[in-house]
Amino acid sequence: MKLLIDSLQLGMLYGILALGIYISFRILSIPDLTTEGSFAFGLSVSAAITAAGHPVLAIFAAMLAGALAGSVTGLMQTRLRIHPILSGIITMSGLYSINLAVLDGSPNLSLVRVPTLFKLIPFLSKSDAMTVLPVAAALLFLALIILFFHTHIGMCIRAVGDNEDMVRASSINVNVCKVLSFSISNALVALSGALIAQYQGYADISSSNGILVVGLASVIIGEALFGRRSVTLGFISAVAGSLVYRYIITLATRYSPLPAYMLKLVSAVIVALALAIPALRQNVKEARLKQGGKAHA
Amino acid sequence: MLDIQNAVKVFEKGTPIEHTALNHVSLHLDAGEFVTVIGSNGAGKSTLFNAVCGSFLLSEGRIFLDGQDITYLKEHRRAQSIGRVFQDPMKGTAPHMTIEENLSLAYSRATSKPLSFAPSRKQAALFREKISEFGMNLEDRMKTKVGLLSGGQRQAVTLLMCTIVPPKLLLLDEHTAALDPATAEKVMEITRRTVEQHHLTTLMITHNMASALAIGNRTVMMDAGQILFDLSGEQRAGTTVDDLLRLYYNSRHQHLDNDRMLLQRGGQ
Repeated sequence: MKLLIDSLQLGMLYGILALGIYISFRILSIPDLTTEGSFAFGLSVSAAITAAGHPVLAIFAAMLAGALAGSVTGLMQTRLRIHPILSGIITMSGLYSINLAVLDGSPNLSLVRVPTLFKLIPFLSKSDAMTVLPVAAALLFLALIILFFHTHIGMCIRAVGDNEDMVRASSINVNVCKVLSFSISNALVALSGALIAQYQGYADISSSNGILVVGLASVIIGEALFGRRSVTLGFISAVAGSLVYRYIITLATRYSPLPAYMLKLVSAVIVALALAIPALRQNVKEARLKQGGKAHA
Repeated sequence: MLDIQNAVKVFEKGTPIEHTALNHVSLHLDAGEFVTVIGSNGAGKSTLFNAVCGSFLLSEGRIFLDGQDITYLKEHRRAQSIGRVFQDPMKGTAPHMTIEENLSLAYSRATSKPLSFAPSRKQAALFREKISEFGMNLEDRMKTKVGLLSGGQRQAVTLLMCTIVPPKLLLLDEHTAALDPATAEKVMEITRRTVEQHHLTTLMITHNMASALAIGNRTVMMDAGQILFDLSGEQRAGTTVDDLLRLYYNSRHQHLDNDRMLLQRGGQ
């Protein structure tokens, strides 16, 4: 039971990450490596400000930090025309130093002795808050993001990801749309990191290693469950995918003979396989055609 | 309405592959004029369109639209008053978005409330009504993703997107060339009606010399980055495709060597 609840909590917190990844990966069709840095950015900003006694402010500051990181990547891609993947990598590696600076040069920070958001919710014990808060936060941001992508500006962003040529020929500023969506995406990623830091009671910069794969796995698992029909369903499936991913990981670490450090390899393999499905299907189809052709020859 | 003054565009200037795509082109369109543009490949027709739209900046010369100097205006700013339909039906619409959503994007020329929900119910009704005028049975498929439509249907949607807020200038870049003859005819008919209805100032590139003479009220032939001749009024009314070829021969002292244009001599 405890395992189930733990996975629910983490699934929801990482679900916010999955929302951010969905924006860059599916809506803009650009895998955004900034994620690796902005998750840790949110984590460290949140930890540093919580340690200074402002756990609520910490969350907002972390989101702002993530948005900033995203817009740096966005501006590099649009204004400076640096390759999308490279801009993400550049921001990510730059953030590594910044994150260490935020944590005063140390790679981790404990929040055990300071009040976090989870200890401050009225009428709720800390253990209850650790369930209620992640669920509430994930659902709130899920709803907000769905609404946003049905507004005019949200639709412009979707069109940029769908057909950039068309958007260029209409009166919409493609660059503004891109920078804005990278900001929103990374603000969500940083928010996820910020909540994780307070949830765990410590911040460790290395916990963001491989976080992009976690997010991608969630998005892909979600799509395997719900299909790819509309953007609303897409966001819902991203959060659901994150939840399922957590359960898979929990089961894998508990019942498999693999040691815990193999987790990232397992996730990487899951993501690679899921992304390869269309190509594998095609291969099978062609192999069948060839076989059929030979049979008739 | 549109005034292109002495436009020059040199690509790859200062390199061995330097190429003058527009060579001192001047063209003036009065409001409501419908000008067809013909010319062989590499004549500079599409370059001229790209220059007007702001895909690149001119090397020399100026462009005015409705009295405003747009020579150095950003592409998306010009798009507020210029509608453009490309040859490739894939280019003008977002395939994973519905007809309604695509139209709503285009409608943003008229309304710019970034955080309002789109399309509103009122807008949706307007789009439905407008698209039903095309007679392509698209009005019952407003929630269909555009990627599922045929090329002709997509060009019709693109045309409506470009004209739902009447632009100051409509640019049609061989917009029926990728369609089968019957569909091309239909889209051309819709085009003619739409342009007439809104009295749109229009430039249309076509490879079909017969339809270049049949549609609109003025025909311009381009060659090697220049305007070779410019026909309108009575002079144009008496012109046949053979006359066009003769005009080309007289000014270039060589025969027009373009299979695509010649093959369509007899057509339509």
